[in-house]
Amino acid sequence: MFEMGDFILEARSLSKEFGGFAAVRDVDLAIRRGSIHALIGPNGAGKTTVFNLLTKFLSPTRGSIVFEGRDITSLKPADVANLGIIRSFQISAVFPHLTALENVRVALQRKLGISYHFWRSPRVLEGLHGEAMEKLASVGLANFADSPAVLLSYGRKRALEIATTLALDPTLMLLDEPTQGMGAEDVGRVTDLIKEVSAGRTILMVEHNLGVVSRLADAITVLNRGRVLAEGPYEAVSRNPEVMEAYMGTSAEDADG
Amino acid sequence: MAASERIVGESRAHRSGVNLVLWAILILFVLTAPAYIYPVFAMQLLCFALFACAFNLLLGFTGLLSFGHAAFFGAAAYVTGHVIKIWGLPPVAGIFVGTAVAAALGYVIGSLAIRRQGIYFAMITLALAQIIYFLGLQLPFTGGENGLQGIPRGHLFGIFDLDRPLVMYYFVAAIFMIGFLIIYRTIHSPFGQVLKSIRENEARALSLGYNVTRFKLIAFIISAALSGLAGATKSVVFQFASLTDLHWQTSGEVILMTLLGGLGTIFGPVVGAITIVSLQHELSSLGSWVNVVIGLIFIVCVLAFRRGIVGELARLLKTSSM
Ligand SMILES: Nc1ncnc2c1ncn2[C@@H]1O[C@H](COP(=O)(O)OP(=O)(O)OP(=O)(O)O)[C@@H](O)[C@H]1O
Ligand SMILES: [Mg+2]
Repeated sequence: MFEMGDFILEARSLSKEFGGFAAVRDVDLAIRRGSIHALIGPNGAGKTTVFNLLTKFLSPTRGSIVFEGRDITSLKPADVANLGIIRSFQISAVFPHLTALENVRVALQRKLGISYHFWRSPRVLEGLHGEAMEKLASVGLANFADSPAVLLSYGRKRALEIATTLALDPTLMLLDEPTQGMGAEDVGRVTDLIKEVSAGRTILMVEHNLGVVSRLADAITVLNRGRVLAEGPYEAVSRNPEVMEAYMGTSAEDADG
Repeated sequence: MAASERIVGESRAHRSGVNLVLWAILILFVLTAPAYIYPVFAMQLLCFALFACAFNLLLGFTGLLSFGHAAFFGAAAYVTGHVIKIWGLPPVAGIFVGTAVAAALGYVIGSLAIRRQGIYFAMITLALAQIIYFLGLQLPFTGGENGLQGIPRGHLFGIFDLDRPLVMYYFVAAIFMIGFLIIYRTIHSPFGQVLKSIRENEARALSLGYNVTRFKLIAFIISAALSGLAGATKSVVFQFASLTDLHWQTSGEVILMTLLGGLGTIFGPVVGAITIVSLQHELSSLGSWVNVVIGLIFIVCVLAFRRGIVGELARLLKTSSM
C-alpha cells in the first residue's frame, strides 16, 4: 500500500540529557505515512520525553527530526503544531472550565486567523458551531456540547481531547497513553475511536495496554532506559526475548496491580 | 434530546438575564453616583475600579499574577501630569500620552517577565516596578518625595470646564465606561477565548499551535495600558501624581480588590475596588490600623468565600459568567 521509505517523520540519533542523566539515547525512529505506530516500554523508558522532543516541548541534546522532508529540529512548539503535528498529553488535557463545544472551538478558530483580534465580537466564532458539533458527534459527545469539560467522565474527557485534536485536522497525531486509567468499556470505545480517526492520517501512540497495541498498531518501537530495544510488527516484537524480559515482565505486573 | 436542549436554553436565558441586571446596576450607578456620593470620591472609585478591572484581565482571564501593576498606574499618572502641566497639553491628549507610555512600559516589563512562570513572574514584575518607583523618586521632573503637584484640569475639547465637579465626573465616567467596555470586549473575543484556554491549560494551548508567549504579552500590554488609563485619569482628578501611585502597596491593593470582588468575574473588580476604597475612606481616622482591618478582611475573604463577592453571588444564582 505504501512505498518503502515513505516516512512522514524520521528522527535520527535523538538524545536528551537532564543534567547528565540520559533519558533518551540515540533513538532512531521512522514513522510510515498512514500507519499507526506504537511506542511502548516500561515506566521511565523515555516515551513521553520522545514526545516532548518531537513536538519541541523539549530541545534535543543531540539528533535531528525530519517531518515531511523538512528539518524541524530547531522549530518552536507552536510552529511544529502549525505544520500539522498535534500531540495529546499523558494526563488528560482539556480546558476544564470551557464547555465541550468551546474546547473544540478553540482548536477550530485557529484557521480563521483572527485569534489575535481582541476587538471582535465572539459572534464571529458562532460560524464554527456546526463543525464543532460534528467533531463532538464523531466521538460520541453530541449530547455534552454545553457541559463544562471538568464535569465529564474520564473516558469522555479523553474523547473530547481527541475531538479537539481532530479539529486541527492533523497529519500526524501523537497520543500519549490515550487509554491510561480507563475501565475496560472506555478502553474499547477509545480504541475503536482511534481506529476510526486513523483513516487518512498517521498516528504515533504511547500505550501500555498490549491488547490495544495488538489491535491498532502496524508497527511498534520498544524503548528501554532511553534506548530502542526492538522494532517491527507486533508479532515479531512480542516474541523478541529481550523485549519479553525488559517489557513484558513489567506489563504482567501492571496487569496484576 | 429536545428536553436537554431546552434546559440549556433556559440556563442561557437565565445567565443573560442576570448579566443584564448587573449591567443595569453598573450603568445606573455610574450615571447617578454624584447624586449621593461626593464627586471626587466617586471619581476615585471609578479610577480604582478601572484599575482593578485591567488587573483582572491579566490575573483572572490569563492566569498571570503581576505584582507590579502600580508601575503602569503611577507612570501614567506622572507622565500625564507632566505633559499637561509643563507641556500644556489638553486633558484628553495628556491622558492619551500617559496611557501610551504605560502600554510601552507594559511591553518592556511584559517581555522580560513572561518568559518566567508563576512566582518568578510575580517577582520579576515586582522588581521592575521597584525600579520604576526608584525613577519616580529620583528623576528631575517627578518632584521626588513631594510628587507632582498642581496639575491643571483644563478644558475638555477646549469647551467644558473640568474644574466644575460634575463636568469632571462625567468625563471620568465616560473614560471608565470606555475602559470597561474594552476589557469586556477583549474577554469576549476570539482573542479572549484563547486567553482563557491558556489560563486553563497552557501546554495544551501551545500544542494546538497557539503562540502562548505572544498572547500573554498582548494581554499584558492591554492590561498595562488600561491600568495607565486609570492612573492618568486619577492624576487629572486629584491634580497630583505621587509616589503612592507607584508604591508596591498599590500593586498589592489592586490584587486585593480583584480577589475580594471576584477573580475572573466581569463585575467583581468593580465591587472589590468600591469596597476597599470606601473602607479606606471610612476608616481613615484609624490611621495605619486601616491596613490591619483590610488585612483581616482579606484573610476572611480567602478563608470563607474564596470566589469573592461577585463570584459567590454567581454561585448562589447558579450562573457561570458575571
Ligand atoms: N524534565 C525532566 N527533568 C529531569 N528528568 C526527567 C524530566 N522528564 C523526564 N525525566 C526523566 O526521564 C526518564 C524518562 O521519563 P519519561 O516521562 O519520558 O518516561 P515514560 O517512558 O513516559 O514513562 P511512563 O510510562 O511512566 O510515562 C525518567 O527517568 C524521568 O524521571
Ligand atoms: Mg510517559
